[in-house]
Amino acid sequence: MATLEPPSTSITSTPSSTSPEMSLTPIIIEPRKGWWQFNWRDLWVYRELLFFLVWRDVKVRYKQTLLGASWAIIQPVLQLVVFTIIFGRLAGVNTNGIPYPLFNLAGLLPWQFFANTVGQAANSLVGSANIVRKVYFPRLAIPTASVLAGVVDFGLSFLILLALMVWYQWPPTPAVFLLPIFLALAMITALGVGYWLSAINARYRDVRHATPFLVQLWLFATPVVYPSNLIEGYWQLLYALNPMVGVVEGFRWALIGTQPPSMLLLVSVTTAITIFFTGLLYFQSVERKFADVI
Amino acid sequence: MQYAIRARDLAKQYQIGAIKQRNAGYVTLRDAIVERLRGRRDKPAATELWALNGVSFDVQQGEVVGIIGRNGAGKSTLLKVLSRITEPTRGRAELYGRVASLLEVGTGFHPELTGRENIYLNGAILGMRKREIDRNFDAIVDFAEVAQFIDTPVKFYSSGMYVRLAFAVAAHLEPEILIVDEVLAVGDARFQKKCLNKMQDVGQQGRTVLFVSHSMQSILRMCQRAILLNQGTVVADGPAQQVVGVYLGKGAHSIAERVWPERAGAPGKEVAYLRAVRVRDADGDISDTIDIRSPVTIEMEFTVTLGGYVLLPHFRLYNEDNVAVFTTLDLDPEWRRRPRPPGKYCARVTIPGNFLAEGSLYVEAALTTLDPPVKQFAERDAVAFQVIDSLEGDTARGDWAGSLSGVVRPVLPWTTTYEPLA
Repeated sequence: MATLEPPSTSITSTPSSTSPEMSLTPIIIEPRKGWWQFNWRDLWVYRELLFFLVWRDVKVRYKQTLLGASWAIIQPVLQLVVFTIIFGRLAGVNTNGIPYPLFNLAGLLPWQFFANTVGQAANSLVGSANIVRKVYFPRLAIPTASVLAGVVDFGLSFLILLALMVWYQWPPTPAVFLLPIFLALAMITALGVGYWLSAINARYRDVRHATPFLVQLWLFATPVVYPSNLIEGYWQLLYALNPMVGVVEGFRWALIGTQPPSMLLLVSVTTAITIFFTGLLYFQSVERKFADVI
Repeated sequence: MQYAIRARDLAKQYQIGAIKQRNAGYVTLRDAIVERLRGRRDKPAATELWALNGVSFDVQQGEVVGIIGRNGAGKSTLLKVLSRITEPTRGRAELYGRVASLLEVGTGFHPELTGRENIYLNGAILGMRKREIDRNFDAIVDFAEVAQFIDTPVKFYSSGMYVRLAFAVAAHLEPEILIVDEVLAVGDARFQKKCLNKMQDVGQQGRTVLFVSHSMQSILRMCQRAILLNQGTVVADGPAQQVVGVYLGKGAHSIAERVWPERAGAPGKEVAYLRAVRVRDADGDISDTIDIRSPVTIEMEFTVTLGGYVLLPHFRLYNEDNVAVFTTLDLDPEWRRRPRPPGKYCARVTIPGNFLAEGSLYVEAALTTLDPPVKQFAERDAVAFQVIDSLEGDTARGDWAGSLSGVVRPVLPWTTTYEPLA
């Protein structure tokens, strides 16, 4: 149909400067089939969002609280004091000559990183319901950001450990350079558990009441307040199924020179990776329903 | 021409049972386990609701398409599916280009963060790259008119500032396809206008816009084309004016008549109040579609409660561009300059055929006392009607089928003189 209108600002196609490659590959929307359809491309496209979510979590946490960043220090210190009194003094846990506070804190740090980030991640999806219902982006970014933001807290509380090591004049072992590997193991475990819990929590809202309980039990299944050599024989194998055992053992060995982790570390690593991938799998299988159920 | 969106047979099913449960509270793991133990694996009488059922359409690059329909027609579901928030149960859509959806402004704003920080956060959530936000930062702040508060946490913003900032971020996205839902229902009139202009710019830059709104005026102003949904299917798809006409004709209640049954709630002051406004076609029937060739009568019923004033009932007609086409005052000689006693009145005016232009017309019904001039009521959009040009050759458009601009469309006598070439 022709037009009699005066030539107003007609529709001109200005090629957009943002993404020339996009016009070649259309975005396809259709029901997903199969159990493994992971959209890696989107995860890459939205990598900056992940950064901003981490940045928001960190910023808000330290802005909102009265004590600000000191919270990351006070919390482990208080916990350390309690544990030292109860398990170090009253129960008299044998730590092979290592000062109990040092022994405890070396395990407490990675444990707290795990416990805090799992708690944050579990509620992260439900807490972001308003965004999930209104905007598309890879939902995986939400629990992932919760875990990554925990690294900042970890870094801060790590300063206490350094101070304690100076106080006891306890030099780190050469294996201290392996520390990032054990932190990575803790992170993979936290991500895996975080994916599981955040996805379940989005579907079943009562799960959030169970999370703190689960974390509490998990603490006692991890050698944070006691040394792992209390566990003997075949029980060790079962014990090592808990990936945090490998993490805590590794931390102690690398930092204060307890006995090196045995081959059972491989069991921990395997479980961590299994939790991570099954978590990813479960998350993406329910991801498509999030906007409908949240 | 290049496609921006191709949708084929899109369908989305919800379980009504699940929706009910969700509204009552939330599904709990405990319930799920108990149900399973009792062996009720198939949900009790969960009825299926097809929010979308076989929607197909194509949108060309650069088109601005309005999506209209009543509540529950499937508009929001369609936008959610196209913006990948929820997955279709069936069907397929292809989107050529980067998509940004604005289903709500201010998504992801954090009250503790400052305006500056929220621009980056919100921009990232909407899919902008940091580099893009950097480049547009000044323009966003400028557009939102919040420059002096940019480093203040947004929890201290007024709701107007908040919305302005939120829209400003969204307006500076540079997607090839923009999906917008009713965001303009917020903000003051001036800012709304600014937003509409901004969105029109977007359309003119060759970007594609899908726009859902309940405001037919906005739809008609923004969009060349509209798609009407009803119960999850496409009922009409075509030039915005015609589709809006179809929609208004089939709406839940006629917009050609508006009645205020009680004094309370009716527009008015101490001298008079409005009781009803109606649009009637040439046969005297209440109608919201008027043939461009036929006269249309508009009437207002009002009650005078305090006698002794000379009254000026009047109508003002606005077109879809919000242009006042004309104002017409009651010139009935019987009541002109004559103080009116209390009582019920009905004032009518007839607008001749072949005068109004094609499109939607919105009627403001108003009444003022002459001395002192006190407005008793002025009801904007009291009623509305569509003027339809039937293309039968005997209207002002003659044999021309394309679009015609202008706020009136009179049939005027033309004469032509002719001289053959020497």
